[in-house]
Amino acid sequence: MTAPEKKMLQPVFIALQANNDTMPIIEAIRQDNPNAVVHEYPAMVKIDCPGRLVIKRASVEEHLGRDFDLREIQINMISIAGNVDESEDEFTLEWRTA
Amino acid sequence: MAAEGNVKPAKKLSLKENYALLTRGLGWEPSYEKHEEIFRNISFEGIKIHDWEKWEDPFRLTMDAYWKYQGEKERKLYAIVDAFQQNNGQFNVTDARYVQALKIFINGITELEYDSHRGFNMLAREFPGVGPRIAAQMQSLDELRHATTQIHTISQYAKYFTGMNEFPYQFDRAWYLSIPKSFFEDAVTSGPFEFIVAISFAFEYVLTNLAFMPWMSGAAFNGDMATVSFGFSAQSDEARHMTLGIEVIKFLLEQDPANVPLVQKWIDKWFWRGYRLLSLLATMMDYMLPKRVMAWNEAWEIYYEQNGGALFADLARYGIKPPKRAPETIAEKGHVAHQMWSVFYANRDAVGFQMWLPSNEEMDWMSEKYPDTFDKYYRPRYEYWREMEKAGTPFKNTTLPQLCQVCQWPCLFTEPDDPTTLSLRETEYKGETFHMCSDGCKDIFDDTPEKFVHAWLPVHQIYQGNCFLPDVDPTAPGFNPMYEALRYMGIKPGVDGGDFKGSADATNWEKWTSRPANIHEGAYTDAVRDTSNPSDAARKAI
Repeated sequence: MTAPEKKMLQPVFIALQANNDTMPIIEAIRQDNPNAVVHEYPAMVKIDCPGRLVIKRASVEEHLGRDFDLREIQINMISIAGNVDESEDEFTLEWRTA
Repeated sequence: MAAEGNVKPAKKLSLKENYALLTRGLGWEPSYEKHEEIFRNISFEGIKIHDWEKWEDPFRLTMDAYWKYQGEKERKLYAIVDAFQQNNGQFNVTDARYVQALKIFINGITELEYDSHRGFNMLAREFPGVGPRIAAQMQSLDELRHATTQIHTISQYAKYFTGMNEFPYQFDRAWYLSIPKSFFEDAVTSGPFEFIVAISFAFEYVLTNLAFMPWMSGAAFNGDMATVSFGFSAQSDEARHMTLGIEVIKFLLEQDPANVPLVQKWIDKWFWRGYRLLSLLATMMDYMLPKRVMAWNEAWEIYYEQNGGALFADLARYGIKPPKRAPETIAEKGHVAHQMWSVFYANRDAVGFQMWLPSNEEMDWMSEKYPDTFDKYYRPRYEYWREMEKAGTPFKNTTLPQLCQVCQWPCLFTEPDDPTTLSLRETEYKGETFHMCSDGCKDIFDDTPEKFVHAWLPVHQIYQGNCFLPDVDPTAPGFNPMYEALRYMGIKPGVDGGDFKGSADATNWEKWTSRPANIHEGAYTDAVRDTSNPSDAARKAI
């Protein structure tokens, strides 16, 4: 855990329940975060991404086919790691060291 | 009032504007009472806050959204709980050993949710800033919701299985439940800043993922749709609490450089206390899930070493270092589950859940998951105990263990660099000797001895004769102190705990489900259907 000379991107993550509500969210995350790695566990999906992960409302709406309020994610969110920033359009997780 | 049809609808406020109106516009400064008379507990810890307005909740959750989404979570959860109860879900879990883990949950964890509700209520009163007050108030409601949903869900199991119907009573009395109880009461009797660093940051941000991610995923894997549903429903609030935790730390560190060493000290203390408490999960994951998702050491690597590493790398810019005793937790990760299970097994007549020795299948899994430790240190012990069981002389502790003055675990852990030597520490304070399980707990005692010298240590209290019901006469012939102490604790001796094989839970399970109570050992009773040899009628039907 000592700070290395060359910067290594620390992983952020979001974990969501594995259900029908979250499928379009997971698809949107995959689309907008090419470095995201999706781990599937029983009943749960954990998505790791180096440095920064963003969920875009527009992308979720595209996969979902209806209007989406990003705060709806709260219903199915299990856990997160990283500094959160949320606006109407984007939900971001980020490590500042990254 | 303007005539209808004459008013343009107000422009919809953005999330940021909405949150700003709630947290900046609704507070006020007192005019006829002194500020320090109203907020009495915010200065004695030494934390310096210059501007409470700098606090911001990144979720920017407003009350209308809070009630809306919490209501939706509840409806969803109760739909599942109803379905579970209507469909005899309690019999659809892998086997009856799994249910023993729920006894630990309801007796030892649910009360922490309620204590947390109380703690955050106090913060909502004590913090002068409106932003943190609202966040604390929401969290206080969340924690109450967690306690009630857990009690409601597990009540279905309590109708069929032993050891779950006395949970608030047991929590205040059972010797091993003083571990979680003393943890939270230490936090709640601290100042508000230490409490929020302890619970929101060290416990919730750094550690509770272990409880609610791999363990709950394991509950799902073992067919317990009720537990996984309350677990994930609670955890959806937890994601917000964790954000509060990291915001608290950043806020305190940014407010004044003098806060940094205080925060570091609390991180060191509460990481260690939280780790000691949560390593109970090591046994729940490795031994009590008949079908396993991941081992404790893997979970520790993912959720502490990797994610905790990222977190503390982020906080390094404030001068915060990883918790002082983190290296010990990494050194212990291949041992802790096995050492705890051994102690519970040896003391099985004095606990409220039933115990068993791991099967061959489970030991092979542990050899694979713990290649450096299991075969060398723990397999031989279990095989020896198995021989003793077969010989009709099962191993049991007949005395109670020495407890750590700080974490209240039995001193069962070994030296981090030597798994063959028990780790024992002691400190002399005002002419008395106090015993600790580790350097981590000794650090805590030595820093604030006055807080721990009066700790109510159950084993000491039992031996001093303070743990008997009023109807007990210790001079009566046939007086059995262990039996009476268990009754005092709300544990039915020989029913709630003891050996799993032959227990009411195992026998009833086979009677009610016709399936083995332990999937690895086959049937204990004739109630299990024998499908190996179909009847003539069944054969004809094929």
